[in-house]
Amino acid sequence: MNDILFKLLTAYGPSGRENQVSAIIEELVRPYVDEIQTDALLNLIAIKRGTSGKRVMLAAHMDQIGYVVVSADEKGFLRVAMVGGVPRANSIYRQVVFENGVCGVVGTELQDVDASDTALKKIFIDIGAKSREEALSMVNIGDMAVFKPSVCAHKNRVSSPAMDNRAGCALIIMALKLLTDCPHDVYCVFTSQEEVGLRGATAAAHGINPDIGIALDVTSVGDTPKGVRNSAVALGEGIAVKIMDSSVICTPWIVEKLEAAAEKCGAKHQREVLEAGGTDAGAIQKTRMGVPSGVLSIPCRYIHSASEMIDLDDLEAGAKLLSTFLADY
Amino acid sequence: MVLSELTAIPGVSGNERKIREKIISEAREYAHEVKTDKIGNVYAYKKGTAGSGAPVLLCAHMDEVGFIVKGVRDDGLIAYEPVGSMSSIDARIVVSKPVKVGENAVNGIIGAKAIHLQSPDERTQPLTHDKLFIDIGAKDKQSAEKLIKPGDFAAFDEACEEFGDGLVKSKALDDRVGVYNLLRILQNEYPVDVVCAFTVQEECGLFGARVAARQYNADTVIVLEGTSANDIGDVPEHFRVCSLNEGVAISFMDNSSIANVPLRSKLISVAEASGIRWQHKAYVAGGNDAGALQTIGGARAVCVLSVPCRYIHSPVSVAAFSDIDAQFALADAFLKSCN
Repeated sequence: MNDILFKLLTAYGPSGRENQVSAIIEELVRPYVDEIQTDALLNLIAIKRGTSGKRVMLAAHMDQIGYVVVSADEKGFLRVAMVGGVPRANSIYRQVVFENGVCGVVGTELQDVDASDTALKKIFIDIGAKSREEALSMVNIGDMAVFKPSVCAHKNRVSSPAMDNRAGCALIIMALKLLTDCPHDVYCVFTSQEEVGLRGATAAAHGINPDIGIALDVTSVGDTPKGVRNSAVALGEGIAVKIMDSSVICTPWIVEKLEAAAEKCGAKHQREVLEAGGTDAGAIQKTRMGVPSGVLSIPCRYIHSASEMIDLDDLEAGAKLLSTFLADY
Repeated sequence: MVLSELTAIPGVSGNERKIREKIISEAREYAHEVKTDKIGNVYAYKKGTAGSGAPVLLCAHMDEVGFIVKGVRDDGLIAYEPVGSMSSIDARIVVSKPVKVGENAVNGIIGAKAIHLQSPDERTQPLTHDKLFIDIGAKDKQSAEKLIKPGDFAAFDEACEEFGDGLVKSKALDDRVGVYNLLRILQNEYPVDVVCAFTVQEECGLFGARVAARQYNADTVIVLEGTSANDIGDVPEHFRVCSLNEGVAISFMDNSSIANVPLRSKLISVAEASGIRWQHKAYVAGGNDAGALQTIGGARAVCVLSVPCRYIHSPVSVAAFSDIDAQFALADAFLKSCN
């Protein structure tokens, strides 16, 4: 199994609390870059220097969705709010873990609950405490929980929490490993707080002021029984070159160059149009005077659940395509 | 300068001229430099006693929620809508409330069809602003048009009064309490440079703050706001958000920003060390200028300090003087601890 991916999948890092996953990424990426910086939003910026004077910004968000503790009730149950779009249905009875290692089970009120109730108002986390005092001695208000790490291999496919977007982070590192010659400054930004509104990328892109931006993220697929409507993207059909989603219409000449790079290195690829969803490219494209931007998407089933599934061949195709693109741009 | 002077001045989002003038005249007495920008924000710069460096940015918005006149009906009643799609004013609570309309502050009442004349069906439908109107007592369209025109702004009309046990009721506590505290901060000396930014059009979607974010090289941002307190009736504890007289509410997260962890921890330690009453803002809801200030023009550490206000975004809110003072005390103690 892909070592880089495995290390990233098991790291703790909900939006706004990316310290742990950032430290792990820093260790993994260090051998391939010249400089490493961070900023007040915890973006991790790994820079491979070139000589052309042009700046390429790659962006993969390192944050994952989770739950933030809002209060503890007198019996020791924790009330929570969403960090990012974590659906109620995907939460119930899952095991979760806090930064300090405390484990919990996501429970739900059973009375007066509507099936269409998507918010987390009726949800609570049970950490085994019997009183408010005990609960608050174990975790603090403002602490965040994520799905308990759990990586499962299915032949050439892998399912796990946080595939969104540790797979994108892995793709960047894998591409750096393959990259022989790139004349440009490559800013590999492992962004923070994407899940709550592309916040890290907005700040980082302004600072870097790149000539082009490429985001790496997962995207949903339409290949499961009566699954997502209107998606032609499928697992195993290669890395997806995004045309558009609700945050960005990818710059056409970037799309062309990405597809040309795929043809050149023989990477299996497909096109992607997403009716909803957004990625860091949406933030990068609108920076300052505008930045030509594109996205490479890793096809992924069951997004925002505890069992997000990708095909490792698609991930490798993506790394090959990205390194070819960077060398040729 | 007292809080009641500030809440009385009209300043609906987009029409902040009068409150801006007041802020400028107050700030000029104490700041080393007072500037404005093209969208109407005011910046009061105070040099630090320990030598200059990157300033700490404190921010409060000067605008209040309110309405704008869309047109005058044939019957002399005024069609209106709330200013800014983000300002969310509950239409059910504005009926029969007094407002002041236009530059001449014409008296008006927000009205609806009398309940006695509503059909049983109508009574169960939620009211929306487009079913309401402002009544300025004009007998027809012609007389109304002598006093009011489309584009006029209307603000709630409710004086600021102390009441109950150390509480205050007024319109526009959100965010004249923040403006009030920033003006008090300006009266003091601190080791670090301080910029007090008074923003416009926050209630529309942080419009002023998006511009303010690019004006100074501040690394640390503290936003002074008013936030909803739901500590009444039989609201279950986990929906209360925060409570009156429990201190300044420190946010860990809202819909527009996640508080910077070290900055928030520092604010909490300063509060504990100085004996300043504080509470969590124990809910993730609402947005404020911190959302724009943390990302626009670069990454900044932000944290929001709020005064709990019951009935926020309504004609009258209620807050506690002790919480207003706690917000000031914490900002003051934090700045004193910077070097």
